Amino acid sequence: MPEKTMRDAINEALHQEMAVDDTVFVIGEDVAGGNGSDGTVGCAGGVFGVTAGLYEKFGPLRCIDTPISESAIVGAAAGAALVGMRPVAEIMFSDFIGVCMDQIVNQMAKFRYMFGGKTRCPAVIRFACGAGFSAAAQHSQTMYQMMTAVPGLKVVIPSNAYDAKGLLLSAIRDDDPVLFFEPKALYQEACEVPDEPYTIPFGEAAMPREGDDVTVVAFGQMVGRAMAAIDGLEAQGISCDLVDPRTTSPLDSETILESVAATGRLVVVDESPPRCGLTADIAAMVSEKAFRSLQAPVKQVCAPHTPVPFSPDLEAEYVPSIDKIQAAIRETLQ
Amino acid sequence: MGLDKDGLLRAYRQMKTIREFEERTFTEIMNGQIAGFTHLYTGQEANAVGVCEHLSGNDTIISTHRGHGHCIARGADVKGMMAELWGAASGLCKGKGGSMHIADVDNGILGANGIVAGGPPISVGAALAAKIRGRDNVSVSFSGDGSVNQGTCFEAMNLAVVLKVPAIFVIENNYYSEHTSINYAVGCDDLKARTEGFGFPVFVADGADFFDVYRAAGEAIGHARAGNGPAGIFCEQGRFQGHFVGDPQGYRGEGELDNLRGERDCLQHFRARVGEYGDVSAEELDTIDAEVLSLIDEAVAEARTAPRPTAADLDSDVYINYAQGGA
Ligand SMILES: Cc1ncc(C[n+]2csc(CCOP(=O)(O)OP(=O)(O)O)c2C)c(N)n1
Ligand SMILES: [Mg+2]
Repeated sequence: MPEKTMRDAINEALHQEMAVDDTVFVIGEDVAGGNGSDGTVGCAGGVFGVTAGLYEKFGPLRCIDTPISESAIVGAAAGAALVGMRPVAEIMFSDFIGVCMDQIVNQMAKFRYMFGGKTRCPAVIRFACGAGFSAAAQHSQTMYQMMTAVPGLKVVIPSNAYDAKGLLLSAIRDDDPVLFFEPKALYQEACEVPDEPYTIPFGEAAMPREGDDVTVVAFGQMVGRAMAAIDGLEAQGISCDLVDPRTTSPLDSETILESVAATGRLVVVDESPPRCGLTADIAAMVSEKAFRSLQAPVKQVCAPHTPVPFSPDLEAEYVPSIDKIQAAIRETLQ
Repeated sequence: MGLDKDGLLRAYRQMKTIREFEERTFTEIMNGQIAGFTHLYTGQEANAVGVCEHLSGNDTIISTHRGHGHCIARGADVKGMMAELWGAASGLCKGKGGSMHIADVDNGILGANGIVAGGPPISVGAALAAKIRGRDNVSVSFSGDGSVNQGTCFEAMNLAVVLKVPAIFVIENNYYSEHTSINYAVGCDDLKARTEGFGFPVFVADGADFFDVYRAAGEAIGHARAGNGPAGIFCEQGRFQGHFVGDPQGYRGEGELDNLRGERDCLQHFRARVGEYGDVSAEELDTIDAEVLSLIDEAVAEARTAPRPTAADLDSDVYINYAQGGA
């Protein structure tokens, strides 16, 4: 099977779905490649190159550059979706949710409920997210943990190229609004990705490692780190289940609970700040539903309650490290 | 003109300092010395200096992702800025902010800003404070041609008129927002008319010409200081570098960059024309050039060896006071 980067896998999913469904279109800042000095386009395909080639293939009506106007971009996607299109909007960095929060949280998330279940809003909004580039406080946040708290939104956070392709195809075909978060640190990471289209259902976790001693749940960029942490502990005779939920809303709590029932120990890893976040959410769910299986307190490994720092030295402290994940796993075994 | 000899020399020094700061930053990024996303102001120096030479005391500026020039022009410590780019604990923001968040609020710099058009509303607040306190200060927001299409920019402009506050909206047109040309992104043919439609005057300047920016800024700031409400300044000048360091710039027209560096360099223009405004010799400017270069060398040398922040610094500065129960 060919190896592809997460960037290419997402790009391929967009190409494939646009080819078979002419209600799908892409809209965002520089997604066509900017409209340069002479009006020619197609030099970039988004700042991360994820939408490269779509303009050339599908033309200006289906790959649309916009001014810097995030509220209007999200609103336009929501509106087009309400009347039957399947837009895929790009908001360059998830931090810019700050600019267009009303359209996401008050508008598209709530249409269906407010309108008595009589409508659908099959829009997808894609975001690059996460730390690792010294991009500082306004270009490094995750935001998916906040959006997970909003009823009406589905929230996807892939951890590898294979999942990204299958989840994006599901997202576009899904009839509800979907926020699709792409850890920017993973764009260049490659794995085997089939050429043909395939879907991965929402609410079904992956289990990239299986073991007996501890259940580790990790999201997005942290899945790879958790995997490295777990592999590093193997020599010490410690084996872990690793659960990658892939979508945080809906959440596959069943897989997590089954694993905890077997291991009796839980470590939850995320690179977001800790308060009211995913790790706390899962810790609470497990302590409520599987209290009697637990043999040790649940450990949360996440960022501190601070903005993301610029300095590379501080950022390395901010994002949960392999060491910190291993320490948490060991602690649950004491 | 209103600038005496000292003023002319200071303006030149400021522009030259920005130029060398940016050129050196470019080199150090290419050398792998500086992390993160860095947007250089090279070429646009006259905009920042032409405006900021009118500011003093409690006047404030707020900047953008391309903020080094604005901060230097408003008087930020160059060594502290360089240390900040290196992520050093001695940086102006202790290494926590980096290029996109350089700030020195006590000295009138309300921060570079990573969010396009994040600044204009904040500058309306600073202008409102001046009005409430009965001071004649102005509050300047710099933002790019890309920022004018953001709702926050529209809201800020309208609010400034409604409240009649001394907010100065400096729109720096360098023709692009990332890869996208202003001709595409601004839907109307006449951005000046669109902006004036909010209800304040807009003064246009050639951003390659310090003297022209200084003139336009004088008119705009004079209008606001006199209590007439907000004003706009449009500066037209391309950037000499890519959107960020590493941008392949495929969107540029043929010969565009050479033409900018060759024909529209504000430093060359200043040298060629300063004789019309005062008795300044080429030697005096050469001396400034040399002084600036050694300042930048020192700044880099100090930044390189400056102490880095440690894990203990991570969670300070989030709040001033954060009492936790049971702590
Ligand atoms: C709200 C928001 N949207 C998008 C971006 C990404 N971005 C950073 S700079 C930039 C272009 C800004 O263009 P302009 O305002 O003309 O300033 P210039 O870069 O030309 O100085 C964009 C789109 C951002 N930082 N913030
Ligand atoms: Mg611009």
